Amino acid sequence: MLTVRNLVVSGGKGASRVDIVSDVSFEIERRKVLGLVGESGSGKSITSLAVMGLLPHPQLWVRGGSIELDGADITEEPPYLRVERGHGGVSMIFQEPMTSLNPVVPIGDQIVEAVRVHDGSTGITARNRAQELLEMVRIPDARLQLTAYPHELSGGMRQRVMIAIALACRPQVLIADEPTTALDVTVQMQVLSLIRELCDTFDMGVLFITHDLGVVSELADSVSVMYGGKIVENGPVERLFNVPLHPYTSGLMNCVPDPSAGHRRFQTIPGQAPKPGEITKGCRFAPRCRHAQAVCTTDTPAKVVDGPLHSAQCHFPIARGAS
Amino acid sequence: MLFYVLRRTGAALATLAAASVVIFVFIHLIPGDPIYVLLGDEATPEQVEALRTRLGLDRSIVTQYFYWVGNVLQGDLGTSIFFQDPVTLIIRDGAETSILLACVTMVWIVLLGVPVGVLAATRHGTWIDQGLSGIAMLLASIPTFWVGLYLILIFAANLGWLPSSGYPSIFEEGGLSNLRYLLLPSLTLAAPNAALILRLTRASMLDVAKEDYVRTARSKGIRPQRVVIRHILRNALLAVVSAFGFTFAALISEAVVTETVFALPGIGRLVVQSILRRDYPVIQGVILVIVCLYLIINLLVDISYRYLDPRVELE
Ligand SMILES: Nc1ncnc2c1ncn2[C@@H]1O[C@H](COP(=O)(O)OP(=O)(O)O)[C@@H](O)[C@H]1O
Ligand code: SF4
Ligand SMILES: [Mg+2]
Repeated sequence: MLTVRNLVVSGGKGASRVDIVSDVSFEIERRKVLGLVGESGSGKSITSLAVMGLLPHPQLWVRGGSIELDGADITEEPPYLRVERGHGGVSMIFQEPMTSLNPVVPIGDQIVEAVRVHDGSTGITARNRAQELLEMVRIPDARLQLTAYPHELSGGMRQRVMIAIALACRPQVLIADEPTTALDVTVQMQVLSLIRELCDTFDMGVLFITHDLGVVSELADSVSVMYGGKIVENGPVERLFNVPLHPYTSGLMNCVPDPSAGHRRFQTIPGQAPKPGEITKGCRFAPRCRHAQAVCTTDTPAKVVDGPLHSAQCHFPIARGAS
Repeated sequence: MLFYVLRRTGAALATLAAASVVIFVFIHLIPGDPIYVLLGDEATPEQVEALRTRLGLDRSIVTQYFYWVGNVLQGDLGTSIFFQDPVTLIIRDGAETSILLACVTMVWIVLLGVPVGVLAATRHGTWIDQGLSGIAMLLASIPTFWVGLYLILIFAANLGWLPSSGYPSIFEEGGLSNLRYLLLPSLTLAAPNAALILRLTRASMLDVAKEDYVRTARSKGIRPQRVVIRHILRNALLAVVSAFGFTFAALISEAVVTETVFALPGIGRLVVQSILRRDYPVIQGVILVIVCLYLIINLLVDISYRYLDPRVELE
């Protein structure tokens, strides 16, 4: 339904131009959750802003590729034009629930604003719809909360309000950009199961962004692993977890805390993710890769496949016996 | 709310009391003597002593202060040494001009500063923005009397559309149409202040435009104009409104040059002339009134904030 093909997002002009996202492709289907995983700085948020049509111009722009929703090209089309042209909608909830709501407007009005645009309803009808949405995201006393201001709500409640706003736009695809990173653990779990449930009730696809593979394994149907602005591995969740091909994916999996170990010990990947434009030749993971060989720093790795749905970009994929 | 207003009023009164001491002491520290201003250089020592006693200036400064405060508390600001009229009457005459001038000026500042600031911010980085910001910079830096003289030259002398000086009260013949006497002065006084508000509005809008909630607003699919007005401007105004408060208060005292250029009978000119004449009671009275005005406007701004920003608690 949502198809992103060879997306390139660039920043800077002339000689200082760098590609922040290069050659990213993925598809999201109705009622399916695609997890987009990668360390901080790998280009996940920029990818999702590009899909939203909300890149901060003129600093960043789509230099190549296309974004299609139900057959319509929505590349670089801001949300209000998508509404005007009758194209399908993509909604997004952001990482920071504290700053994502307008502090001086009651939350009811902020939801109604979206309802009016996407339902064409006004007045009491729109207000009732806003209340209904608050009930759907399980906000207690929804009617009373319509007049509350964001600062009167907890982080978890605000993130629910963000979800209600996103749903008010009747999206085909919901992007959730690290929606639980700023929340504490119990609230995290509630918000995650809420998103999974709403994916079905609203018949929409979900792009779930996180740096936590553990969350992905519970929530997602398939996974794309992003590194240095590129997708290095993608596949159905159980394939990818059982037979990771890319050394980065397997490194990320070792970062997941092991509950049986009793104490939370992370084995992190040594080194740092490259900045945009830092590595232009060969494999971008090479400086940190335990399996790297000379060819890795000179030649761009080709695609290796494990079945029709699972593939990676690596010269020496793990499952092929590189240890 | 009521409790808040009472507490703030109490604090304001304390400020006022402190201010009154400072005002009194500093004014009596100004070198020069009102007696010689009144009598001239050829007065005999006997005449000087007699007048000094009559005006109460022979007593100690502490006694003078408490005498003055006692009268102020009864609504009596004393008698002008120069005019021999009650200070309250003199201030009242000047206040009409000054307050009306400040109000008309404020209308210009809001009408010009805010919308043009919004325009500059929404055209950020284009030649429109650069042009408007350049004009604002220019207006903020050229001297007031220069703007005033040019406005007189163009609109009064050449085109003859507007009067160039004086101001008959709106309670006299002509009524509200006398306000036209204040058009050029108010534009003169508004120019640098509107330029400041323009730049503040623009900067504040650009800051708010980077906020996450503006991105949320855009993601909802509402039209860009609505994003600008309801989300960006609405929040940017928080910073601008507090500037309105002190701009208004400052206008009263800033108006000196304008009142001089346009020969307006306002408070600003009264202060300057009274300082030259060492007319202590008038200076003290006017400054006291201006301090009161500052305190009241501050209170009003803080209260209006409560309605603009729900995060502010007035407790
Ligand atoms: N406005 C911008 N201009 C230039 N570079 C940017 C801008 N915003 C983000 N970047 C860069 O893009 C890269 C990817 O950022 P981001 O998508 O936020 O990563 P992630 O969400 O995966 O943590 C980062 O290296 C960041 O420095
Ligand atoms: S291509 Fe080479 S450096 Fe890159 S991940 Fe594979 S083995 Fe490591
Ligand atoms: Mg991010």
